[in-house]
Amino acid sequence: MTDPLYSILIAVIKAVIIFAVILQIVPLLVYFERKISAWIQDRIGPNRVGPIGLLQPLADVIKLAFKEDLTPQGADKWIYRLAPVLVYAPAVLAFTVIPVGIDLQVASFDVGVVFLLTISGFSVYGLAFGGWASNNKYSLLGGLRASAQMISYEVAMGLSIIAIMMTAETVDLNEIIRQQWGSGTLGLLEWNLFKQPIAAVVFIIAAFAETNRLPFDLAECEAELIGGFHTEYTGLKFATFFMGEYVAMITMSGLMVTLFLGGWSVPWVEIPTSPSMVDMALSIGFFSVKLFALLFFYIWIRWTLPRFRYDQLMGIGWKVFIPVSLVNLGLTAVAGVLGWKWLIPLP
Amino acid sequence: MANPPGAREEKQERKTATTDPRKKASFTVPVAKGLINTLKHILRREPNTIHYPDEKRTPYPGYRGEHRLKRDELGREKCVACFLCSTACPAHCIEIVAEEAPWDDREKRPRLFNIDMMRCIYCGMCEEACPCDAIELTPVFNIPSRTRAEKIYDKEKLLSL
Repeated sequence: MTDPLYSILIAVIKAVIIFAVILQIVPLLVYFERKISAWIQDRIGPNRVGPIGLLQPLADVIKLAFKEDLTPQGADKWIYRLAPVLVYAPAVLAFTVIPVGIDLQVASFDVGVVFLLTISGFSVYGLAFGGWASNNKYSLLGGLRASAQMISYEVAMGLSIIAIMMTAETVDLNEIIRQQWGSGTLGLLEWNLFKQPIAAVVFIIAAFAETNRLPFDLAECEAELIGGFHTEYTGLKFATFFMGEYVAMITMSGLMVTLFLGGWSVPWVEIPTSPSMVDMALSIGFFSVKLFALLFFYIWIRWTLPRFRYDQLMGIGWKVFIPVSLVNLGLTAVAGVLGWKWLIPLP
Repeated sequence: MANPPGAREEKQERKTATTDPRKKASFTVPVAKGLINTLKHILRREPNTIHYPDEKRTPYPGYRGEHRLKRDELGREKCVACFLCSTACPAHCIEIVAEEAPWDDREKRPRLFNIDMMRCIYCGMCEEACPCDAIELTPVFNIPSRTRAEKIYDKEKLLSL
């Protein structure tokens, strides 16, 4: 029998630790982004503030905190203030269901994937509200683009996740990871990346669009829309938008790791029935390595590709990804009936 | 008019090279190529940056920076106040007032020789126009000051540089 107070306390401690770590990853990510972009462009990157420039994000935050907090004339004040929170909160909330270690997550639901999709869909409100409430034509265009883009790509993303649900026959994220745990000789081939390669590709590209990252950052493209939905935002409100974007990136990478890259599973090792501290640490380590690899991929893509045109973005979304993922669903169904574990039958 | 040789082949080649808007462009190969290219840059890491305040770049010969007036072997200013430099100056930043020279080898010398460094465009025309090789552009490029008045260099300042 567990005391309800005790379980609440455990949940609070888990929440505080995981959120604190996530918030610490954001400045680290900003630092990596600046450093890697510098290397790609044959520059050096931040190296003045702190050892090898590590305190640069802190300096950025301090600068932003001291900026004047402007509200444009004619702005819808309440919605204007609400918008950054509506971008930030869903991204953090969605992370609650992502398991970072063996059965370690803030909120453990049986319907993890569905909850995550629902919540992360909310962030489109933040972008649309921010664009609308700023009383600025560029912001409005940015908000409109953001909503159109996110709604279109959510379909492709949802369809690719349904393919995973079909092969896994569950929506519990921990269960999905357990099925990818390659303890035998197959090892990494148990990953959904190899069981569902089409869904994986569609998912990661849709994730770029969902998080408004280049090459799909149509919502804030500087060349056409100044800053898009956050043109009018200054100071800490802008910082909140920024943080929300990066947390969304972490959440999407976490989801990608969980669904396709085996999450916290440690390959070539037996699944422990009662995990010890070492198992726990090892699983968290494996999750983090995969997470950072994906975050590097995000940054790498961003500084390689130019921005897509709006019609190209919509064309790829509706004419390529949605049909492809629908065909993939059909293939998955056939493979399921035939009893194939992999979409492509392996020896 | 006859086509130059090879024009037809070139035209044909261009036709195949242009992307037909009705044709679907595939992004896969260009994206992969781009990713490999940027990865090479990440791994190679050869920045051309000069850490400016810590390490200074040595200017190339002929760099046109701050002006100075030269002196001859007797320590007198070489300038004979001929006004050629201020005439040549496209920015009209050289102001000269002449006076009679106390020496026998020349008639005039400058009583006032001001260069407004805020107006100067560092073109080096004054240096080219000078018949006595009296004015020169040095390679000094970092010449900050706190007030506009400091940026008007007078004769003493120019001679002391």
